[in-house]
Formats: sequence, C-alpha cells, structure tokens
Amino acid sequence: MTSSSDSSIELFESAVKGERRSLGRLLTSIERGGNEAEIIAGLAHQVSGNTHVVGITGAPGSGKSTLTGRLLKLFSEAGDKLAVLAVDPSSPLTGGAILGDRIRMDDLAGEESFIRSMATRGHSGGLALAVPAAIQLFDAAGYEPVIIETVGVGQVEVDVAGAADTTVVVVTPGMGDAVQANKAGLLEVADIFVVNKSDRPGANDARRDLELMLDLGHVSGLEQITGYRPPIIMANSLDGTGAEEVLDAIKSHEEYLHNSGTIHTRQKERLVKEVQNRIELLIGLTADGVLKSELGNRHITQVLDRKISPAEAAKSIVGSLLKN
Amino acid sequence: MGDYQQRVILAKLGLDGHDRGIKVVARILRDAGMEVIYLGLRQTAASIVAAAEEEDADAIGLSMHNAGHLTLGPKMASALSAAGMDIPLIIGGIVPDEDVEELMSAGIAAVLGPGASAEEVVATVQNAISARDEA
Repeated sequence: MTSSSDSSIELFESAVKGERRSLGRLLTSIERGGNEAEIIAGLAHQVSGNTHVVGITGAPGSGKSTLTGRLLKLFSEAGDKLAVLAVDPSSPLTGGAILGDRIRMDDLAGEESFIRSMATRGHSGGLALAVPAAIQLFDAAGYEPVIIETVGVGQVEVDVAGAADTTVVVVTPGMGDAVQANKAGLLEVADIFVVNKSDRPGANDARRDLELMLDLGHVSGLEQITGYRPPIIMANSLDGTGAEEVLDAIKSHEEYLHNSGTIHTRQKERLVKEVQNRIELLIGLTADGVLKSELGNRHITQVLDRKISPAEAAKSIVGSLLKN
Repeated sequence: MGDYQQRVILAKLGLDGHDRGIKVVARILRDAGMEVIYLGLRQTAASIVAAAEEEDADAIGLSMHNAGHLTLGPKMASALSAAGMDIPLIIGGIVPDEDVEELMSAGIAAVLGPGASAEEVVATVQNAISARDEA
C-alpha cells in the first residue's frame, strides 16, 4: 500500500498514545470501509481484547441516550476513561442522517471520555464490520468500558448490541402486554433489563410482564441452559434514578462473566461472527462481480427463459467460482 | 464536492435558545445526504472543538440569533485555529449585511441569512468543504 496506509499507521500510533484527533480520523476511515479500514482494524485487533463492551439497545425514544449519558457521568466519576459509540439510522432515501445522541450526553461526559456518532449507512454489512472494528480501536487506545448504543430495530442493530459482553435492553411502560414480552427477539439478548421512565403509569406492569417472561424461562429450562437470570432495574434517566443500580448490575454481570468463564465464549462468538460477516461481505462482493460477468449473464438469460431455476443458477455459479 | 460521506456539526453557542432555524437546516442537510451531528443548545467553543475532534467533522455550522455573532463567531474561529483544526465554520441566522465582512476576515467561511433557500444552504456547506479540501 502507498502513502495513505503509512499515514494510517502513524495515526494509529498517535491514537494509541492518546491523541484524540487521530482516533477521530481513524474512525472515519473505518466507517468508509475498504483497504484502509482493514489495515486499521488489523492493527487494532493485535492489541485489543481487553476492554469490557456494553451494548445499550431499545426502541426509539425509550431513553437509551439519556441513560448512556448517566452512565458516562458515573463511570467518569469513578475514574474510568470510557468510549461511547452512538449509532443512529441513515435515511434509506438520501443516505443522510441526523445524529443527535450527543445532546443527551455532552454535559455529563468527563474530559477523558470519547463519544462518537455513527450512522448505519446503506451499504450491506457496513455497520456489522464498522462497529467491531471501532470497538477494537477504542480498546487499543485504552478505553474501558466501551458502550455501544443502537436502536433495537433491524437485525444488524440487534446483532451489534447482542454481540456485546453485557447487553442492556431499555424498555418503557406501555410497550405491550406479557405476550409481546414473550415474543422472540430483542428481549432475548438482554443481560440486564431497564424499565425506564418508571414514573409513568404502567411501569410496574412492564416490570411484572418482564418478570413473568423470565419466570417462563425458568419453567422451560432456558434459564438452566444460560445459568443466568437478568435483573430488572426501574429507572428514570431524566433525574438519574436507577442509574447507579444499572452501573452496579453491569459490574456484577462483568464479574459473573469472568467467574463463570462465559467471557471467553462471548469474545470468541464475537470474533467468529466478525469473520463470518467478513466472509459474507467478500462473497457478496464477488457475487456482484460475477452477476455482471459473461458467466453471470449466461445463467441469467437461462433463468429469464425459464430453462433453469434461480436456485440452480446460483448453485452452478457458486460451483464454478469455487473451482477457480 | 467530495466523493465521501460529509459530516457536519450543527450547534448553538452560549445563551441563545432560538433553535427552530438550526433544526430546519439539520433536516435540509440530512435530505441532501449529509450526516449531521446535532449538538443543540448551550454549547461552548471548547465543547464544539472537542466534538469536532471526536466526530472528525468536515464542517461546523453555528446558528446565531442573539446578536452575539461578532463576539462569538471570531471566538469560535480562533478556538479552532488554536486547536490546529482546519474546519470550515459557517454562521447562519440573523446577521446584518454590514457585519458579514468582519466575520469573513475573522476566518468564518460563509454566512447564511434568513432568506437562504435549501439549495443555497447545501451549496454553501459543500463549497466550504471543497474549498478546504482543495487548499
């Protein structure tokens, strides 16, 4: 590689020494993807694996950013130098985004902490690659813990938050009854539940529904498999109620992970997932290329003429790719 | 106009609570395909410099409606240059015509008034960014 990757290496060295602007620029390269991003992620990977990763997720407007702001304050006061990666959606129409999470965090952030806003951007698998790389970069630069805040809609966002060491799911009163709580999905990845806006009517109902959902995990045997029952914390992030309990719960979950050895499983799963995501991206890029090639055109013509099925075309194309 | 995703910080400095305009501008820039990092009200020069470092911003837009632009605009510009940051600073809001030259000579890249159309807002931000990139 040429001079630009040389400068990435220099930037990486200065970011590790604590130069914030270098870290900011590296994060931009990681978001843009491509070779430069791979070089940076590779450098960071060699020296990462030490930080505790906390995912905070929940529906839009449930108070994730406000809670994250509270945690920022508490961690900073305890002397931790932490990083926050706040992910917000990009517009599918224009690719633009309004990243507004900082307004709920800035006042509460310590001088040592680092907040970065990230848009989901359109390109396939982009977020799934950028987030782990950003975590490793923060890790390499000595940030502990790293908090990832994502909206809990969309599979990639749930995957991203679910891949954390400790996943906090924020719910609010009025999100639905016990049947909703038993549907599979977001609630299953939770290590800690926070019922936010607990001053609102229905907060106790929400808590009861979650308790019931967890009780059924006990009946069905799921709790035995995981060996862990997530705590439910009532919070009001506007005035800070419950934030300290959330902090304590994160710390005791971290302890549980280390004592039970589960931390190694989680870290391994995260790396396996990252390799898998990268394989899928590479194959996807190859597929895009093949579809436009002569081989691809020949198969597509046959599919259009109803001579072979789409499944047969795909198998045949992959077959000839693997031979090469 | 660059071929990369442009990231723009929008903020209001000091004690100025008129944020209708900045919200409109945030939406205009979003719909033009930019990523807007919205800092909102009661920011300081120091908090904007810190955010610009962390977010690796390509431009900063300040909204001013309290006649503080001649004090706060140059103050923001010098805070950026003191931090060694070459990021175009654009002021939008209520700025009398006769103040524009003074702001430009203090290092402000552009000034947008209340009559500016969405197209002008987008073009001004893009031009300021490409002028910096080419410099």
